[in-house]
Amino acid sequence: MSASPDTPLLVTDRLTAMYGKFTAVKGVSLQFASNQVHALIGPSGCGKSTFIRTLNRMHEITPGGWITGRVLLGGEDIYAPRVNAMRLRRRVGMVFQKPTPFPTMSIYDNVASGLRVTARPSRAELHARVEEALRQAALWEEVKDRLHGSATALSGGQQQRLCIARTIAPRPEVILLDEPTASLDPLGTQRIEELLFDLKQHFTIVIVTHNMQQAARVSDTTTFFYLGSMVEHGKTRRIFTAPTNEQTEAYITGRFG
Amino acid sequence: MNRRDFRRFKSGIMVALMVGAVVVAVLPLLLILGTLVAKGASSLNLAFFTRTPVPAGESGGGVVHAIVGTLMIVGMAGLIGLPLGIGAGIYSAEYPGSRLTSITRFVADVMNGTPSIVVGVFAWTWIVANQGHFSGAAGSVALALIMIPMVMRTTEEIINLVPHSLREAALALGYPRWRTSLTVVVRTCLPGIVTGSLLAVARVAGETAPLLFTALGSQFMGLDLNRPMAALPLTVYTYATGPYEEWHRLAWATALVLILVVLILSVAARIATRERFE
Repeated sequence: MSASPDTPLLVTDRLTAMYGKFTAVKGVSLQFASNQVHALIGPSGCGKSTFIRTLNRMHEITPGGWITGRVLLGGEDIYAPRVNAMRLRRRVGMVFQKPTPFPTMSIYDNVASGLRVTARPSRAELHARVEEALRQAALWEEVKDRLHGSATALSGGQQQRLCIARTIAPRPEVILLDEPTASLDPLGTQRIEELLFDLKQHFTIVIVTHNMQQAARVSDTTTFFYLGSMVEHGKTRRIFTAPTNEQTEAYITGRFG
Repeated sequence: MNRRDFRRFKSGIMVALMVGAVVVAVLPLLLILGTLVAKGASSLNLAFFTRTPVPAGESGGGVVHAIVGTLMIVGMAGLIGLPLGIGAGIYSAEYPGSRLTSITRFVADVMNGTPSIVVGVFAWTWIVANQGHFSGAAGSVALALIMIPMVMRTTEEIINLVPHSLREAALALGYPRWRTSLTVVVRTCLPGIVTGSLLAVARVAGETAPLLFTALGSQFMGLDLNRPMAALPLTVYTYATGPYEEWHRLAWATALVLILVVLILSVAARIATRERFE
């Protein structure tokens, strides 16, 4: 399962994503190396959110959603008939734009929820994994005294870090973040961004962002999407200093979008 | 009159009309409650809640048989109707595009519009006539048939209020579809489903017509659902249409008890909803 350093962990091959007859993503081929942060940028409606949702097969939940092409995780096609989408989503976790803690569950149960789906872990193991996930999400110190309190009583930024903890608790290989700071204040945003540096030690991260400064700050590679197509992909430093494509340059210098 | 004054004038007229509508809508309710209390409260005493009726012409006695009957018939109706209604509601909300859902919804809407006496005749034809005798259980079935479409539609509407993002969050964690529905979606709106169910129970507790054809009514205390059974609405009907002055007095008191039972259920429903927002 573990890819050797030179083979990328996640690969898309001429990936096209449709809603019924509408094409949202057009023939995108990309490679994402492991233990890096990969940013997807582009104006609204450029297909970056749809693209990220194809990576854990959440796209097909939308009525009319279907794809052509391939998505390879560790060399395996995740759209192959024998692949179970539910098992796949435990390997490729996702955090959404708005924090989505389960309102009826405590902080502890929220983090444990992903672990309880797969198996019945022992109490001790569950405790250890919940603590580990909350520490990795930089939330442990703030919630350790109220683990059994309401998850919705947390601030927006804390809720989002709770969702990150919930996503990483089952130890996925890839974490997808779909504009995770769009609903947060600057301080909450900063904490999540700092967190990404630690998280990439353990996970491969793909993040959709509206905010170009954010992409420049947190990512190793950046991909620019426009009108459903992948326009340019490369190391973040190069994309932001020497883009080869005119549209990319126009976008990152703020001339449109 | 300039334009601004004219707008103010129109606004004033509309507000006055709406206030009038509120008064007209609330007045009958207050009058009903007032009349019940005025004519029934004086007959309420401990015996009324603990004794069975005395022979016509004597005074005293109570309606404990009807209170017990209503609780049993409605309780049984809830046991039949609530799981079916809630289950159908969950299905319709989870599979909104399916053919079965559109059929179920259509049937439920038609059934919601069916007069309850028709349901009573239906239960009489299929259960009472076949068995050869009236029974409380037949009444339960009739009331359950009234509850199912009501509960189904409210359950469906309440589930649709759960944000889509919550469902997606569960699916993204690798939750199977059924587990997402039950442990996240339904669990989140459970207080609302409970409220809807209690309101449906309160609503059928006051039904008379379906019970006339099924439970029939009785003057005696009975715990056997397979026999004719008393119920509060039936007792009101019997006493109110009877010839004796004493019976009319009892009818008012019984009606007051019935309203109190419904009121208690509605208040319980309110409390169940309030907890949700704390």
